[in-house]
Formats: sequence, C-alpha cells, structure tokens
Amino acid sequence: MAIDILMPALSPTMEQGKLAKWLKKEGDQVKPGDVLAEIETDKATMEVEAIDEGVLAKILVSDGTDNVAVNTPIAILAGEGEDVSAAASSAKAPAAAAPEAQSAPTPDMQREGMADRPSPDSIPGTDARPVAEPAAPSVITNRTSYDAMAEIPEGTELVNMTVREALRDAMAEEMRKDGNVFVMGEEVAEYQGAYKVTQGLLQEFGAKRVIDTPITEHGFAGVGVGAAFTGLRPVVEFMTFNFAMQAIDQIINSAAKTLYMSGGQLGCPIVFRGPNGAAARVAAQHSQDYAAWYSAIPGLKVVSPYTASDAKGLLKSAIRDPNPVIFLENEILYGQSFPVPKLDDFTVPIGKARIHREGKDVTIVSFSIGMTYALKAAQELEKEGIQAEVIDLRTIRPLDTDTIVASVMKTGRCITVEEGYPQSGIGAEIAARIMEHAFDYLDAPVVRVTGKDVPMPYAANLEKLALPSIAEVVQAAKAVCYR
Amino acid sequence: MAVAARKAGRAGAGTANKTTPTKGSTRGAAPNTPQFDKNQDLSAYNEMLLIRRFEEKSGQMYGMGLIGGFCHLYIGQEAVVVGMQMATKEGDQVITGYRDHGHMLACGMDAKGVMAELTGRRGGLSKGKGGSMHMFSKEKHFYGGHGIVGAQVSLGTGIAFANHYRENGNVCLTYFGDGAANQGQVYESFNMAQLWKLPVVYVIENNRYAMGTAVSRASAQTDFSKRGVSFGIPGEQVDGMDIRAVYAAGQRAVEHARSGKGPYILEMQTYRYRGHSMSDPAKYRTKDEVTRMREEHDPIEQVRRRLLESWKLSEDELKAIDSKVREIVNEAAEFATHDPEPDPSELYTDILL
Repeated sequence: MAIDILMPALSPTMEQGKLAKWLKKEGDQVKPGDVLAEIETDKATMEVEAIDEGVLAKILVSDGTDNVAVNTPIAILAGEGEDVSAAASSAKAPAAAAPEAQSAPTPDMQREGMADRPSPDSIPGTDARPVAEPAAPSVITNRTSYDAMAEIPEGTELVNMTVREALRDAMAEEMRKDGNVFVMGEEVAEYQGAYKVTQGLLQEFGAKRVIDTPITEHGFAGVGVGAAFTGLRPVVEFMTFNFAMQAIDQIINSAAKTLYMSGGQLGCPIVFRGPNGAAARVAAQHSQDYAAWYSAIPGLKVVSPYTASDAKGLLKSAIRDPNPVIFLENEILYGQSFPVPKLDDFTVPIGKARIHREGKDVTIVSFSIGMTYALKAAQELEKEGIQAEVIDLRTIRPLDTDTIVASVMKTGRCITVEEGYPQSGIGAEIAARIMEHAFDYLDAPVVRVTGKDVPMPYAANLEKLALPSIAEVVQAAKAVCYR
Repeated sequence: MAVAARKAGRAGAGTANKTTPTKGSTRGAAPNTPQFDKNQDLSAYNEMLLIRRFEEKSGQMYGMGLIGGFCHLYIGQEAVVVGMQMATKEGDQVITGYRDHGHMLACGMDAKGVMAELTGRRGGLSKGKGGSMHMFSKEKHFYGGHGIVGAQVSLGTGIAFANHYRENGNVCLTYFGDGAANQGQVYESFNMAQLWKLPVVYVIENNRYAMGTAVSRASAQTDFSKRGVSFGIPGEQVDGMDIRAVYAAGQRAVEHARSGKGPYILEMQTYRYRGHSMSDPAKYRTKDEVTRMREEHDPIEQVRRRLLESWKLSEDELKAIDSKVREIVNEAAEFATHDPEPDPSELYTDILL
C-alpha cells in the first residue's frame, strides 16, 4: 500500500516551507531514519526522515519549491513488494505550491487551532510570502489620510520583509550606531535565536555584544538592569514573555521604579523583548498575553507592534529610549511579511497609534495579532455595509487616547479586540478612557472582544474557543451598530 | 545552632545563635591580621563613628516621628563597609540592600542629603521620593539602596558586567545579608559572574539574623564563604568586627576581581545591635547576647583602644573627634527637620526620562 510522505511542520506555528533538496531519488530503497530531504523555513533548515520502509516511488514536489504548505504530500513511498510504478501512477496531482495555497486554512492549521486566525495574505497591505522570493518593490504614491504615513516620506521605496527580519535589522542598525547597545538572552548568539530573531547578529557583532545567557531569567534580567543603570543599553530577549514572570520583580521593582526613587538620577535605558501571548497549541503556561500586566506600571513603556514596518521602527525607537521599554512581539506574526520603507534610519515614535483603515460607522481598536482579527472582520463588515475604522495601538503605554477618542467622536461606537484576558485588560482600560473622554459621543456601550477568562487549553477545539474569532469581532461590531 | 559556632574559631563575631563568640574571635587579632598605621586607625575611627552617631540620631528621629516607614540601622556593622571602602579605588561601585545608611556615608554621600531623605524632604538625595531604603549617587558610584531582598545581587552583577564590557578596570562591591543569601537570584548571579569572570566582590554581611530568624534556623550551609563553591568562586570568612581584617580581606578580594579572575565572596561575620527595623522587639535573642557583643567586640571600641594605647592619643583628642562628628550629624538632623517637604508637583516628575 503506497504511503504519502507529507510536508512536516518544524514548529507549532509553521505553515509552509521550502523543499530545499531531495537526498533520495525515485527508485531508491529507504529505511526508517534515512534522511529523505531537507526543508527550509525562514527560521531554520531541517531534515525529513523516512518513517517507513519501502521504495521512493515518486517525488511529487521537486527540489527548490517554495511555499509548500504543511501536510502537502511531497512524495510517495511504495510498500514492500508493491509495484513501484503502480504506486507512482496512483499519485494525486502534485499540490499547488503557490502562495495562494495558504489563504485557505490547511488541515494542519486547523489542527493547530489556527484556522480562525486570519491568514495575513488575505489582509490588504500584508504579504505572507517569505522574503527568499522578494516581491517587486512598491512605492508609496498615494498617501492615505492617516497620520502614521507621515512617518514615511512620499516616494519612499518599500521592500517586503518579515517581522522577524525587521526586528533583526532594527537591532543590527542600532548596534552599528551605538557601541553601548548589546543583546543578551537565551540562545540569542550561537543558536541564532530560539525564534531566529537574532539571526546573524553574533557573526556581525561578536560574542562580546551578543551574549548567550544561562537559563536564568530572574538573574539576567537583573544583570541587564544593573548594566543599564551604568548607561549601557541592553536589549534583553526573553525566549517568551511567559518566562519573564521569573524576572518580573527586576523589571518592575528595579527597572521601572529606580528613576523615581532616585529623584531622577538613575535612568534605565533597557529593552525587554520577545514573543508574547499565545503561539499555537502550547497550552496555558506558554500562552499568555502580558500587555495589560506591564501597561499597569508607571515607569515602563509598553510597545506591541503588528506590522514589520512598525516592528522595525518601534524597536529602533525603543533601543534609543532612555526608559525601560517592554517590547511585546508575537510568534505567529514573526514569519509574516509586510512592506517596510527602505530608509537609512526609519523610526516610529512610541506612543502613537495608527489608523490602519478608515471608516465612519464603528471604531475597532486592537494591537499585535489582534489586528489580524480586526482587519478581517472589517472586510466582512464592509460586505454588510458597515464601514469600520481600525486603530492599531502599536504602543500600549503611553496609550494614545487622543487617536481613540477622535475616532469614537466620529463613529460613536467602539469595540476592542485582544487575545488577553477580559478582566482588567487593555479593552477594559480603553472602555474606561472613552467613558471619561467621549461619553457623550457614544451611541452604544463599548464592547470588548478578548481571549476567554480561562487558562489556555491544549486541545485544538478548545484553544480555538479560548481565542477571539473574526465572527466574534463581526458580531460585536454589529451589536454596537444595533444590526 | 552550634554548627556555625564551631566554625567561628577562626573568625570574628561567630555565627552561633544566642552564644557569645567562641575562642579566637575578635579580641586578639588573628595572627595574620595586618596592623593599621596611625592614619588608618584615625580615618577608620572617624568614618565608623560618623555612621554610629548618624544611626543613633536616625533612631532618635524615628522615635520622634520625623522618619517614617521602615528604618534599618547599621549600628554594630560599621567596620564592614568602612573597611571595604578602604580597599577600593575611585570608580569602584557599591550596591546594597535596605540597611544602607552606612554604605552611603562611607561612599562619601552628604549626611544632610541622607538624613533629609530619611525625613522625606526635598533636599533628600532622592528628593524625598525614595526614603531610607532607596538612595543613589552616580557621582559617588553608589547604586542603591534596594528594598527587595536579594535584588541588588543581580543588579550589582550587572554593574560588574558593564565594567567588564567597558574594560574600565572597576570593581563592583555587592553587599547582601545572610537572609538574602538564600534567594535564588543570588546563585543565578554567582553562576553568570563566574562564567563571564565579572569584576564583582560579593560581601555577605552575616549579622546572624535575617529579621528574627537566626542563621542556623534558615540556612543549611551556615558557612557563607562556601556558598560559591559549586561555581568555583573563592570565598573567605572574615571577622567583620575588626576593620583591619575586613580591609585585608577586601584587598585580596578586590585585587582578585580587578585582575580578571572573576568574583570573590567575603562572608563578613558581624552583628547588628539594634532590631531588624525600628519596630523589632528583638525577642529572638537575649539582652545578654547583645550586651556582650557590644562590650567585647565593638568595632569602634577596638579602634578607640588602639588610638589610646598604641597611638597615644589623649581622651581629649578623641572627644574632639567625637564632637566634630556630632556636629556633622546634628547639622544633618537640623537640616532634615526643617527642610520643606517636596513640592506637590514632584509627584509626577522622574517617572520617565
């Protein structure tokens, strides 16, 4: 009986990869454990091993094919005593390897509980293609009305780049500019980053400035803060912010408060960065959004970008900032591509939200991966004649109340979208601020769409239920529009 | 509890609970204790006396309601910080926990500024916003003043990291107590400091009680000089009541760290005469224990005796020193009593740069 060999996932969040190289050819006898092929993502190269014994009857996806979706059959293995040519001829048509293959949720994405997370390439202004195959450069010709575009001069060339690359470039550029900037964390140097965000930094800047730490979050957070007290500018990577709970005392009691307690003498120019929030199928201890936690603390700035362009511009600003900045990334966004301005020194100011999409009927406020639900929901709403204005907060603290309030004064309605918990969340804060500043403009109560009030479950169906969904956002928007 | 006392043979105040120090402690200097010359003894006397009188005044002002919150006095431990400062050079940094008044004075920070911070006034070193446990001076290389037990150990290791990064030849003295020595981040820091050979000296001020808990009730290994053994960090137990022993050990430790060999641990066997904080009824030890420590091991009295006996100073000369020190302290207290409270607008300053 012929066996399909499927494109494997290298990580909980991988959706596609490149079939770099076949190490066996059609007709070869293979045993379990034999390396069949090498596959690549923008993060890593891995080997595909045979699990079953047999003959490689047919290769369905050839060397060098990009964007092969996880679980696509890549070859057929004929079982023992089976007619190889018969097995090969029973092969289905090779799976399409075009980027479009990704826009529909794959079975694997469903299995990973991601089916409901909108795929980025279905959202205008984003592009899920890996950079290995760069899109033709686009140019800003038509400046849209939102202020955020003023950050990018007219005529600037845009290049597509993943969030991961944008973050890396931001660090590299700041490290080139300032010898006081260094990066430390677990696996940041030789391993090139647990999520490959620090790829290449060790090679360029050496072991003195790109420092692998032991697994010791509380300790190295304190070491970073102490170094920052002396004026160095550490970029401390947490493998994920879930692990930073071990270090939260140093972040809050030492980094955030010392300037005040010293009467302004001792600043702490440090960036704590890393993936925050739920990835996929990693359960409760690895799936928490800390935006609300850190946003409660005076003395911290909290940044959580969605696009690659904001990731780059904001990380550069964070590294230059004289204050401690919590920089919350998202693992699922790392591999997504967005146009990034090609400028020598592109920064985005901390504390400014961006109107990502204009509309007149309802304001949707979100940030980070929450934007993927918000934007997709806005598209759905448009079909029903509701024009949603989508605000990307980008910075959580200081919160850009003015942009939110101005939008609510226009639309009279607001919903918030976040993956974090409902109680004392970012949505709760926004609702309170709208009450304080725009109560008379409201035509409906502010509604929050959040992660559910439960620890993140592991089971795919339960995880999906625990996260917000596009349907929930659409429903909330319609509810505040009384539709 | 006697476990530690057995080890105390070679060093100072001993570590046993409710016992007086055993043989070999501070009265006679250990055979290899270096002698001080007259100037060293004079300087040590002045500095230790300033801390003693300052702390006595702080206690008094706390009683008068001029100082609020927590106030942890350094009385009895003066030889540790003064001796260690003698072993440092300009540029070396100091960081400690919340029993920090002595460290600030030893670093040369202004007594008026320290006292006014204790009273929460605008002329305080942190403009009245830090209080007893949180003061800093970049100019004097003093990095606090930290209220979270053990946090200063990682921070001090980070300051040493910065010295290493900048290759500036400076050493960071990182002080913590026998209580903090049981915090996890201490060992995380030890590991990184030795791994990266950071120029840090860990000074463990073992005053025998973590709040009200005797060392032997809280620590499986009461010889704190051995706390770095599994990382390969050398350590020694030091009679922390004898400033000459502190200075000599401090020189060895600082030299080790400065020469690129990495961290060094000094367990300073010392004693605090007062309670943990002002509100401590000190039921965990006998009055007799405290009295005997004061009478037989007082660090200032040891130097005073040398000044009289070896250096032939007169009682009048010592009195003159004492009144000069009192003058500084009284002036500080006067300033701290009458300096205005911070302007209400200060509430919202110094949160971000």
